[in-house]
Amino acid sequence: MNIVVCIKQVPDTESQIKIGADGKSIATDDIKWVMNPYDEFGVEEALRIQKAKGGTVTVVGAGPKRVTEALRTALAMGADKAVLIEDEGLYGADPMAVAKILAAAIKPLTPDLVFLGQRAIDDDAGLVGSALAEYLDMPNLSVVTKLDLGEGSVTAQRPVEGQTLVLESPLPAVVTAQKGLNEPRYASLPGIMKAKKKPLEVKTLADLGVDAAGKASVVALSPPPSRAAGKTISGETPQELAAALAKALRDEAKVI
Amino acid sequence: MAGVWVIAEHRDGAFRKITFEAASAAKTVADGLGTQVTAVVLGGGLEAACADLGKYGVAKVLYADSPELTVYSTEGYAAAVADLAKSGAPDVIIFGASMQGKDLAGRLAAKLDTSVAVDCTALKVDGGKLIATRPIYAGKIYADVLVTGSPQIATLRPNVFDVVETGGSAAVEKVSPAVGAIRVKQVEALAEEGGKIDLTEATIIVSGGRGMKEADNFKILEALADVLGGTVGASRSAVDAGWRSHHDQVGQTGKVVTPNLYIACGISGAIQHLAGMGSSKVIVAINKDADAPIHTKADYCVVADLFDVVPALTEECKKLG
Repeated sequence: MNIVVCIKQVPDTESQIKIGADGKSIATDDIKWVMNPYDEFGVEEALRIQKAKGGTVTVVGAGPKRVTEALRTALAMGADKAVLIEDEGLYGADPMAVAKILAAAIKPLTPDLVFLGQRAIDDDAGLVGSALAEYLDMPNLSVVTKLDLGEGSVTAQRPVEGQTLVLESPLPAVVTAQKGLNEPRYASLPGIMKAKKKPLEVKTLADLGVDAAGKASVVALSPPPSRAAGKTISGETPQELAAALAKALRDEAKVI
Repeated sequence: MAGVWVIAEHRDGAFRKITFEAASAAKTVADGLGTQVTAVVLGGGLEAACADLGKYGVAKVLYADSPELTVYSTEGYAAAVADLAKSGAPDVIIFGASMQGKDLAGRLAAKLDTSVAVDCTALKVDGGKLIATRPIYAGKIYADVLVTGSPQIATLRPNVFDVVETGGSAAVEKVSPAVGAIRVKQVEALAEEGGKIDLTEATIIVSGGRGMKEADNFKILEALADVLGGTVGASRSAVDAGWRSHHDQVGQTGKVVTPNLYIACGISGAIQHLAGMGSSKVIVAINKDADAPIHTKADYCVVADLFDVVPALTEECKKLG
């Protein structure tokens, strides 16, 4: 079983996000960078499948040099090797360009399974999974919470609005991981030591014969719309508070 | 043909609400571009429903009455829409950022060599082009995105765009797009218990955090949600504590929600949580800690013990009927 996991490095969820000087990208000076949380489920699932079926787990990331840290984290969790597509301009690029770049790096690896997080928690686009599948000419299974491997096929559970779909796909396939798929392991200290010696190959866009030109651009960033200051509901007893709140929601806000 | 296209989403032979939201938004965009809305309906048994789309501003329906498209598949839908788009050459394609729409977007854009503004909360036309506004970093920042490829594709966050009835009717044209191989088969669709409304589509959410203290206490939130016709959500700490399923998680690593009413009970308001619910229309915070950050986001703050106030609120709402 030859498994590839795509890794994106994103700002930690605790990060305050500020608009950069150009007004089109974020200020990156005060950010703590981490592996996209949904990618951790992908790495974990790959390692579990590898344990059961054997094979190789390769992690692939694209972006500036700092992405090496996220790849080393995946290696410390237990992945065998890493590929970094290093390009300073890739952070914030059109996800469709990133999908094309990842496809160019992944194709020669001839994977049976490709995992990604169901979306990255920075641009929240979730485009790369199904676009990558199209570029690799593979079927895709999106936002998966359970995966069972058969002979040359996989069965996946995919929660949608009010239902969970059970989907079956032949291999090779692209799977995007959702919280609930598994409980990702932490990198152990010996794992971290070992990760330093694992192979990490660096490639450029030129090596892959692709570029970062996308089909979408950010025109402007703005802070979220501000909310009017709230009202404090007053009352002496829980009943009075509840009555005052219910009245406000019905007569003033008109939402109940 | 050009114009603005809407990809309809349906389940069990009926269009889903997001289809009408997308059609209504598409009508505004089409008016801005001086063109018309065409809806693309894929799958069998929807002939009668198709003409009804006219009510929401659709001038024409391309209807592929094809059994293999009745159940959504990424490959089938992407191939069919791409095939129709090659001859129809739409300027813009709009559909819901539902689970289906989010899955379709990347594959369709790859086939058409374009890109997508995903999960948009506002659309405008500027200089003959669509500019889409979308929250990023779970709503910590908003981005105005220009898709430079053609067609411009945008998916819309559910429950943000109003459904507008214009009272027209739509001409239905039958089409037979090339579908190609569909490798992923849907084996079954398991219904969720109690037919619960998904958080992303709920109009009222009653959400609990660490202040709920234990899983069993969520039943007071269930009771309030039942009376209001709402859905129960949870903060990350409540999910991590094992009190609620991860399906219920609201926030940056869970679901981003936009209900008309969000009632946060015993939620402190960590930045990740605020990001996930901050664009709700009306926010109520019930938290006995007056300094909890959730109170700075709320329209109505109740500084009191949720275990007293929530049951009392349930009783009040029952009285209102």
